[in-house]
Amino acid sequence: MDMIPILATLVSMVIFLSVLELIRRNRLKEKYSLLWLFSSLVLLWFSVSRKSLHYVAGYIGIQYPPSVIFLLGFLFLIIINIHFSTVISHLSDRNKTLAQEVGLLREVLEREKGFEK
Amino acid sequence: MKTLFIIPAFNEELNIRGVIEDIRGHVQGAAILVINDGSADATGNIAKDLGVTVISLPYNLGIGAAMQTGYHYAHMQGYDIAVQFDGDGQHRADQLDQLLEPLERGEADIVIGSRFLTKGMYKAEVARLVAIRMLSRIISSLVGQKITDPTSGLRAVNRRAMHLFCRCYPDDYPEPESLVLLHKAGFRIAEAPVHMEKRLLGNSSITLLRGVYYMVKVVLAVLVDMIKEVPRR
Repeated sequence: MDMIPILATLVSMVIFLSVLELIRRNRLKEKYSLLWLFSSLVLLWFSVSRKSLHYVAGYIGIQYPPSVIFLLGFLFLIIINIHFSTVISHLSDRNKTLAQEVGLLREVLEREKGFEK
Repeated sequence: MKTLFIIPAFNEELNIRGVIEDIRGHVQGAAILVINDGSADATGNIAKDLGVTVISLPYNLGIGAAMQTGYHYAHMQGYDIAVQFDGDGQHRADQLDQLLEPLERGEADIVIGSRFLTKGMYKAEVARLVAIRMLSRIISSLVGQKITDPTSGLRAVNRRAMHLFCRCYPDDYPEPESLVLLHKAGFRIAEAPVHMEKRLLGNSSITLLRGVYYMVKVVLAVLVDMIKEVPRR
């Protein structure tokens, strides 16, 4: 009996449930978890359904069907990483704007305090 | 015209006093703003004691974001011209007239103080000169006009360019990158001859290997800038 489908099923279920649990404990925002949930569900589907796995493998010419799961996992990781890079860029932009604003406001505040003296 | 001198400074306690006094010595009643970019030393206090405006950033944002803070201030306070004047003592205030004239006459939106318009005035290591020359070629061809000193931090901009810089200003290598930005947004760039000192005190941390690495990164950054979206004027 082939162990790979069972292992793959277990792993994708663990990913799915861990992400759900992180959301439930408010340690992960929903909007950053959607890609994870989606990826783990797709992986789960291909781990369980031998038929679709073999269909996709045959369609794109992969000799060893379980490779499809690795391929998908790899693609999802790339997509999720690019997504997070954009999130980080956005955050650092906002962070910069905030820091600049703090500097500008602090200058105004100190100037007004100076006038009061 | 209302002119503001913006001095970005990161740990420049040895130089900042000299820089401020130099500007004051040449420009009566100059408005000076020091952007204290998260310095760990006395830069901010020295500047405050000299009575100039100081904006202290909560942590080191880097030269690009620090200068942008200054442009925000200049724009908000209604200045007509903002001059970037480095805090390390390289720049000198005795040739500011030539820098400001094209802006006052409305002939340019930015004037760059160039070390290379007067022959043999600027002394530096050969490697640095070669690097600047190469960068000058690249930037010149990208912006379609000769720019002899694209890395010069001594520059003056009018209100329009200030406004563009408030909306977007490069973080990493702002001197060469901003030229590409201005060109793409349709602004007029001019150069004026200036002298510069080698760094007075403290060291500019550029070695040969670092210099090559710097060049590669700048060229990449500038090429990326060419394909970026910019707000039109």
